[in-house]
Amino acid sequence: MALWKPDQTFYPSARMAMQAPREQLGYVVTFNPTPANGKHDALCVLDLDSKSKTYSQVVGRAEMPNAGDELHHFGWNACSAALCPYAPHPHIERRYLLVPGLRSSRIYIFDTKPDARNPKLVKTIEGDEIASRAGYSRPHTVHCGPDAIYVSALGDPRGDGPGGIFLLDHESFDVLGRWEVDRGPQRFAYDFWWHLGWDVAVTSEWGTPNMIENGLVPDLLLGNKYGHAIHIWNLRNRRHLKSLDLGAENQMALELRPSHDPTKTFGFVGVVISTKDLSASIWLWHRDGGDWKIRKVIEIPAEPADESELPPALKPFKAVPPLITDINLSLDDKFLYVACFGTGDLKQYDVSDPFKPKETGSVRLGGIVSHGKHPKSGPLNGASQMIELSRDGRRIYMSNSLYGAWDAQFYPEGVRGWVAKIDCAPAGGMTVDPNFFTTFDGERPHQIRLEGGDSSSDSFCYP
Amino acid sequence: MTAAWPWIAVAALGAYHGIDPSMGWLFAVALGLQERRRSKVIWALGPIALGHLVSIAAVVAVIGGLRLFFAIDLLRPIGAVALILFGLFRFIWPRAHPRWVAMRVNAAELALWSFLMASAHGAGLMLFPILIGMTPNSPHAHHMAAAHAHTVAQAIAVVLVHTGAMIAVTGAIAIIVYEWVGLAILRSAWINLDTIWAGALVAAGVLSLAI
Repeated sequence: MALWKPDQTFYPSARMAMQAPREQLGYVVTFNPTPANGKHDALCVLDLDSKSKTYSQVVGRAEMPNAGDELHHFGWNACSAALCPYAPHPHIERRYLLVPGLRSSRIYIFDTKPDARNPKLVKTIEGDEIASRAGYSRPHTVHCGPDAIYVSALGDPRGDGPGGIFLLDHESFDVLGRWEVDRGPQRFAYDFWWHLGWDVAVTSEWGTPNMIENGLVPDLLLGNKYGHAIHIWNLRNRRHLKSLDLGAENQMALELRPSHDPTKTFGFVGVVISTKDLSASIWLWHRDGGDWKIRKVIEIPAEPADESELPPALKPFKAVPPLITDINLSLDDKFLYVACFGTGDLKQYDVSDPFKPKETGSVRLGGIVSHGKHPKSGPLNGASQMIELSRDGRRIYMSNSLYGAWDAQFYPEGVRGWVAKIDCAPAGGMTVDPNFFTTFDGERPHQIRLEGGDSSSDSFCYP
Repeated sequence: MTAAWPWIAVAALGAYHGIDPSMGWLFAVALGLQERRRSKVIWALGPIALGHLVSIAAVVAVIGGLRLFFAIDLLRPIGAVALILFGLFRFIWPRAHPRWVAMRVNAAELALWSFLMASAHGAGLMLFPILIGMTPNSPHAHHMAAAHAHTVAQAIAVVLVHTGAMIAVTGAIAIIVYEWVGLAILRSAWINLDTIWAGALVAAGVLSLAI
């Protein structure tokens, strides 16, 4: 359906998107860690209207038709990038959620209209189609681009490298093929995003499917074999420009959050763990003259712990690694949020000067040793993990599971799923909303997307 | 050829393309915002005008060239069918657009972009009924040379008037939006004219059979 006016959830700039009305609904995917029991993963709808009687509750649920997909990240068919000046198509609707199964390699397409609380499955892209047309598998990040839908994939159909990016037609959702023309030395894939004002894409590195699907492999980690670089690409001719190596000890460079302002040329990437001292870190990439550079701007140290409190994998180290697994940047590029799946910390940094982040807030929910409490619960397990920030920068919705095979290594007792909300003060500082705590029985919630867009859903072509 | 209406129509079509954000003013504003200077907005107008002009001129030249070899009565249905088919294409795939991904363009690239956008839009085709209407209907043999010269001059004038109107409107909107209005206006004022434009192409095809 074409619209008469641009979709009213599209904003020319991130600055304008911050003025958007408050979200009334959220979508969260849940993963069933024991597919053998026959329960399927689901796309759940959260009521986020604070005046509603069912506030914070799951008010809609659509199950996948298959078991064992491992839903993980997902995204919209269209977003503010449709307003980009060079390929505009603003009368398309933000309507469909593209939901990849990280293990099955399927992509489910759900229609959120006419009933946003009752999304309907309208199309399934099978892993075979992605494999035959793009040569990839294990789809991960979805971004609505100016000209197509871009999806990253962890590896090839056999579970090896290289992983990369493939394109979907933004009308038909047909797989258009592999994105890269020249990948240079890039082999590992995970997240990607871009600086649209500079025709530059950035990709990050986890590991191939074979390196992750049976759990974190200690030998690979201690041998520094997981990804430890990010890659800068020419978005236009799809050629690799430069690898920015973080040093082999900085294992797993995952989430990428470039400045939302397309005139700026910096961004943040989270590193899960350093094999030197178990610390986690945030690195800043930036353009310097004509060159791209990267430097560490935040380091979060490991916390000493008693062996008896640690899972088998961590006992020898006598410490809890922070494990930065998700980050998020407010639409004004002012606050960076960092989730630590090991310690349970959610940290807030003022990054007005991106080279000198200042910590302005911290809350702790869950964690390997601390099991930080929520006002509505006893000690929590799992930990601060996927975070999504509302467009106005005032509310964070956060879930507590990472990835099935890895959850078990850090939380052997099993992760009991929850979603919490954290309120953010405009000048900095965070408080846990005591009234918002949603549990998922036997299921693990992962990424959360907000109705109309959020702080990691849209790309903007104007400052 | 004294009637003013074909020239008004030629200019009005140009102005219409100038208003359309996807034909250039929005790109000009984006380039200005990206570099934070108005002179970049103005810089963009030249290449945008050139690309549009070439797209229009190509269609006008093809029509004019065919006119040299074929009788108007033969040309008329061919053009009409082309317009109707293109209109149907725009109707079925209203959001088909060149898959262009590049913000940092030099003048030649921006002109190419403008050419592609105008061509994909069918901007030049739309002039067909007007050109047909302007062409003297059945020139006598001994007037052929004069008629050809007249046709060429007329064709050049059509291209210039159309592109002139287009870039005048493009430039005015680009500067007004860049300096005063701001891009928030896109959210309310960017009316979807895809279907109407597709319908207009078909109507122009039908019309050119009738003229």
